[in-house]
Amino acid sequence: MSEKKQQLADELERHGITRRTFLKFCTSMASAMALPPTAALAMAETLATVQRQSVIWLSFQECTGCTEAITRSHKPTLENLIFDFISLDYHHTLQAASGSAAELAREQAMHAHKGKYILIVDGSIPIKDGGVYSTIAGMTNLDMLQQVAKDAAAIVAIGTCAAYGGLPKAAPNPTGAVSVSDIIDDKPIINIPGCPPIPVVMTGVLAHILTFGIPELDDLKRPKSFYGDTIHDRCYRRPFYDRGLFAKSFDDEGARKGWCLYELGCKGPVVHNACATVKWNNGTSFPIQSGHGCIGCSEPDFWDAGSFYKALSTGTDNPGKWAGVALAAGAAVGLASGYLNRANKEEAERVHKEVTLKDMGGKNE
Amino acid sequence: MNEVELLNWARSTGLTYATIFMVLGLTLRVFEILSLKRPGELAETRSDGVRDGWMMILKRSLPEVRHWRYITASYIFHIGLLVVVFFFTPHTHFFRDVFGVFWGGFPNYIIDFFTVLSIAALLYTLVARFYDPARRILTKVSDYLAWLVTFLPFVTGYMAYHRLGIDYTTMLALHILSVEVLMVAIPISKLTHVVTFAMARWYTGSNNGRKGIQS
Repeated sequence: MSEKKQQLADELERHGITRRTFLKFCTSMASAMALPPTAALAMAETLATVQRQSVIWLSFQECTGCTEAITRSHKPTLENLIFDFISLDYHHTLQAASGSAAELAREQAMHAHKGKYILIVDGSIPIKDGGVYSTIAGMTNLDMLQQVAKDAAAIVAIGTCAAYGGLPKAAPNPTGAVSVSDIIDDKPIINIPGCPPIPVVMTGVLAHILTFGIPELDDLKRPKSFYGDTIHDRCYRRPFYDRGLFAKSFDDEGARKGWCLYELGCKGPVVHNACATVKWNNGTSFPIQSGHGCIGCSEPDFWDAGSFYKALSTGTDNPGKWAGVALAAGAAVGLASGYLNRANKEEAERVHKEVTLKDMGGKNE
Repeated sequence: MNEVELLNWARSTGLTYATIFMVLGLTLRVFEILSLKRPGELAETRSDGVRDGWMMILKRSLPEVRHWRYITASYIFHIGLLVVVFFFTPHTHFFRDVFGVFWGGFPNYIIDFFTVLSIAALLYTLVARFYDPARRILTKVSDYLAWLVTFLPFVTGYMAYHRLGIDYTTMLALHILSVEVLMVAIPISKLTHVVTFAMARWYTGSNNGRKGIQS
């Protein structure tokens, strides 16, 4: 393929995407990422001429949900064309080649694009017992991550497992699963959490990296443009929360009227993601719109943060179960202390003797 | 530790420890007080003191003209405290989870109203305490600390609900942590009065009644 053919504009033309459609995509992408209006044109111009970006995708302790989400849209979209356009030099799950040929492809890409390739990771990394719980081609995930990350330009941790450890890290974490940023600290890391993340968020971030570089991140290394607001902030049911109108069960009148799902365990107030605005399945819906509370899948340790069906204000360990023991212990110690005081007092009374001035060295008059 | 981990800790381990400390501490203090030996009566008693005890609980719960401003502020705070703690919808879910009883909550604007009133009342009591020379002399550091640990849950709760200051997750974590600090402070400070106020008033009234002291 010639240099010219490697540009995205040609790829779009080949798929029958007009410039008008492409500009609309760039505008919506710029808007979704809260970029200034002028950025849409700049993005279109840069993206159209961008060269194929080498990407190495490592899949560790994961369920393939993230890959499914990004590759299985209902119809071909510009988002997955962007995804198609990148040079996916290695993807363990999708790899056409297998065995040593696949590993060779990875090593060739690492060598050919040293310091320039983007490393995408989905899945957590087990580090317990030397990382033996997940290996690829005889190499532990830990070793492979360290080896590939060494010469990467940037790392994109896709999905909650790669970003925070996710389900494999959930208690009791038998494999000692950790996130990418727990291991790598000398490379730019972008977390795109979610179980799975929204496809347009993944491609949007890739588009941003290709055009403007690494997007602005928050303290958990998430792009602020997609993770700046909570689900609750953008939820269409929010007015019901403010008015104190809550569904009490999944099939009561409140639920049918679309009232707030807070009492049914919605974690929306503390979950940062773009589900309520970008939505899923080509903008069709998102969990709350479908009648189920947000389970907070894009937040760290969401699996261990209490029941999905209990309100956010409840404790996660049932503090009441210890209260009985504390009550009994308090009563026992209190009674013991009281009787000790009583015994001390009685003893003091028993040994009490009248003291005269004479006893104290004075003179009786 | 990031803000989510802080919130999860506050909702799990922190809450468990604070609950154990508060329940154990309060029971210990109540049982210790109840099992203490009382001094015997040296003179013939005027009454059995039961009615006097109950009357004292009632009397000390009624407003007085003396220090009416301070007492009004105290009333506002205590009523606000009960409304906010027991009738804010998220709080009612906490209690349902712990005790299995659900009594429903008030609309948020009512809670908001009582929160602001309570905060204002608490601020007034602090200022009044500071500007009144007699009260200032009587005030110890522990009194200011007791005020602070009572004040913080109100402020953090209000800020969390209205998304003021820092992000909601951190503020919610700080709110729960501030409540846990309050729970720890209750058995080891004058805030023990949340359970001992009735006992103390009954004892004083009953003692006075037996001794024939006008109260």
